[in-house]
Amino acid sequence: MTGPLLAMRGIDKAFLGVPVLSAVDLTMEPGEVHALVGENGAGKSTLMKILAGVHTADAGTIELDGRAVSFTHPLQAQQAGVASVFQEFNLLPELTVAENVHLGREPKRRMLIDRRAMTESTAAVLADLGVEDLSPAAKVGTLSVAHQQITEIAKALSQGADLICMDEPTAALADAEVELLYRLIGRLRERGTAVLYVSHRLKEIFDLCDRITVLKDGRLVDTTAAADITPDDLVAKMVGRRIEAQFPDRLPGTETGEVRLRITGGGNDRVDAIDLEVRAGEIVGLAGLQGSGRTEIAEAVFGIAPFTRGSIEVDGAPIRITKPRKAINAGIALVTEDRKAQGLALRQSVRANARMVLDANARVHSRARLARVSGLLSSLDLVARGEDQEVRFLSGGNQQKVVVAKWLAAEPGIIVLDEPTRGIDVGAKHKLYSVIRELAAEGLAVLLIASELIEVIGLADRIAVLHDGRIAAELPGGATEQQVMAYATGRGPE
Amino acid sequence: MTRARELLARATNPTATVFILLVLVFAAVFAMNPGFFAGPSLMAFLKQAAPLVILAAGQYFVIVSGNFDLSVGALVGAQVVIAARLIDGEESRTVPVLIVMALFGIAVGLVNGLITTALKVQSFITTLGMLLVLYGAIRLWTGGAPTGSLSEAFRVPGRMGIEDVPVLGQIPWALLIMVALGAGAVLLMRTRFGRILLAAGDNERAAALSGARVDTARTLAFVLSGLSATVAGVLIGGFAGVSAQVGDGLEFTVITAVVLGGVVLGGGRGSVLAAMAGALVIEGLFTLFNQMALPATLRPAVQGAIIIAAVAYAARARARPVPTATATPTPS
Repeated sequence: MTGPLLAMRGIDKAFLGVPVLSAVDLTMEPGEVHALVGENGAGKSTLMKILAGVHTADAGTIELDGRAVSFTHPLQAQQAGVASVFQEFNLLPELTVAENVHLGREPKRRMLIDRRAMTESTAAVLADLGVEDLSPAAKVGTLSVAHQQITEIAKALSQGADLICMDEPTAALADAEVELLYRLIGRLRERGTAVLYVSHRLKEIFDLCDRITVLKDGRLVDTTAAADITPDDLVAKMVGRRIEAQFPDRLPGTETGEVRLRITGGGNDRVDAIDLEVRAGEIVGLAGLQGSGRTEIAEAVFGIAPFTRGSIEVDGAPIRITKPRKAINAGIALVTEDRKAQGLALRQSVRANARMVLDANARVHSRARLARVSGLLSSLDLVARGEDQEVRFLSGGNQQKVVVAKWLAAEPGIIVLDEPTRGIDVGAKHKLYSVIRELAAEGLAVLLIASELIEVIGLADRIAVLHDGRIAAELPGGATEQQVMAYATGRGPE
Repeated sequence: MTRARELLARATNPTATVFILLVLVFAAVFAMNPGFFAGPSLMAFLKQAAPLVILAAGQYFVIVSGNFDLSVGALVGAQVVIAARLIDGEESRTVPVLIVMALFGIAVGLVNGLITTALKVQSFITTLGMLLVLYGAIRLWTGGAPTGSLSEAFRVPGRMGIEDVPVLGQIPWALLIMVALGAGAVLLMRTRFGRILLAAGDNERAAALSGARVDTARTLAFVLSGLSATVAGVLIGGFAGVSAQVGDGLEFTVITAVVLGGVVLGGGRGSVLAAMAGALVIEGLFTLFNQMALPATLRPAVQGAIIIAAVAYAARARARPVPTATATPTPS
């Protein structure tokens, strides 16, 4: 074959006017395993979804086998030989492996589905992949994640895919299952099927991939052969940016006091062996890539998905936090990641939302606290027409201020902030940074989760770096992005 | 820009619309029959309208918290039949039987609430089931036709009032009960319970993460609905007496009234005052039909049309994009 299997050139994409990809190129050869890497929000998933026909590019060209293509629907991509294995599988749990593999393309004999042909051709694909322990007659809902993934790949091959996109394929796999995926990808390479591999895990990238494309802030940084780059250089390319002096300094008079929150050996089905202390007046950052367990720790501390192992102490007293009410009564607040889905009742007024925690918890409710709500809102520089305005009419930044106000109204001792600045404007971000500093100065223990490393580095006194549900390292506040990324990607110390 | 949009939203707000409708309907009634607003005739109208207004307040609590209560019509019917059977004409049994009825109303609400919240059965199904169970059980118990009779004392709240008042004639007890309960409902919505109910109907997840006992609040809403059906049963039984048809189809009239009041199905929006106003609009419409000598059999069709129109009107208001100053795209 002459020329590349895939050539994407000058791909642009914007969502609601915000550019997500600009002028990105990507080429792939038959049988190539090609890694697509970058920080959260670099545009990896968007690029992959454009290739899979989920999104349509605003500009740029895509050629498959030298033919220009333009997908407006995932089915078109599928028919052109591009298959995708997303983190959420597109399988029907009540059907068998063979039925899923042939879904919508069942072999027929005299108008009826030819079950035997279906089973045989599925068995053939599985044998071709070197998979022996998966029966075509097994019901998909009963399979392990790894076997479901194999079913997805078998479905892709049976559809005649020349190119398979895999989005974080190992995210949900146990170590032994990862081995199986390695073998499978090796087998795909031998068959001449190309694989676009999106992953945060550097080890896998260097183990598996021939070439690596690095994206950053929606732009192409580089495409390089894996053999020509060291992991350190790759991380530098992914991060490649300086911390700007945009974070307020620690306020004078902030004193690090007693331990307010202590987690010892905390674990559940998402995270394990979590040891973490947050002292009064301290800001502890939780860094880690998406899916590393940051939010899961917040949810465990707040009783949404509690730890099933280990213990939590609040102000020195052991406590079992099994639901949010208990956390709130223990003086814990959680500013959740998704303020519209989890933080606000959008059709209710600013006042109703700001009072919500006080209204909902008899033990926290008091007239004195209610009386302070208005002052709290104005101290956060809330811009609203009045406290009667429905919060849905506020900007993202002002909505977030209402969420922060509703928690501060309860005068917590510990506040967990999960992505507090997501999707809000620069002014509101700065305000929130100052508020976080002020809270620490007032003696609160602050646990800060942020995808943007610079936020964690710029604000935290200490940084716990998560990888795969465990704390990979605890770094001092002045750590570099490279150091944090090294642990976050599971590579260990420099 | 935002402000202009918001003013527009307020003017076409379904809650405000019901009060405009109220004026229009009664203007039409007045045009047809100028004597309607004479004291005695107005009092008679309000006496008849009181049960629906009270039921609307009860239903409001359930709907605003994000559920439905289809069982109220059957519960009203059951309460009247229970009262007749247990009192059986004995004056001395009036108060004990009223207590039994209150307990029964609470129990039905509690069962509706617990099945909906704890067993996660959709309230539409729960209360439809309750409707059928009550309907069947009452017929089984009475052998098809209601037996017994109500006492005079039982019929006082539905029939009597403060007599010989200048201009008005009789001020019906039903009206006073309606005003008292209506005021209570308005006050209740201003308490922490009321705000949690609204928050839970608007965003259950946010309310729960704020520590609200969402399931408890929703169950209490069903209990309030059950109690409102009990009071309505006492008034209707007193006013109209006992028959096997008491309460039939009342659930649809009530839901029509609440929806007409701009209380959006699915929860979180609308005021209890508007829901009660919706009930008055419906009663006004029925009065209008009488005056125009339209057959009463037309009522269900009109109610159906109103439900659809009211929900479509609210949906249109809801479909308008939410104006926020900054969009928050979350590409990953």
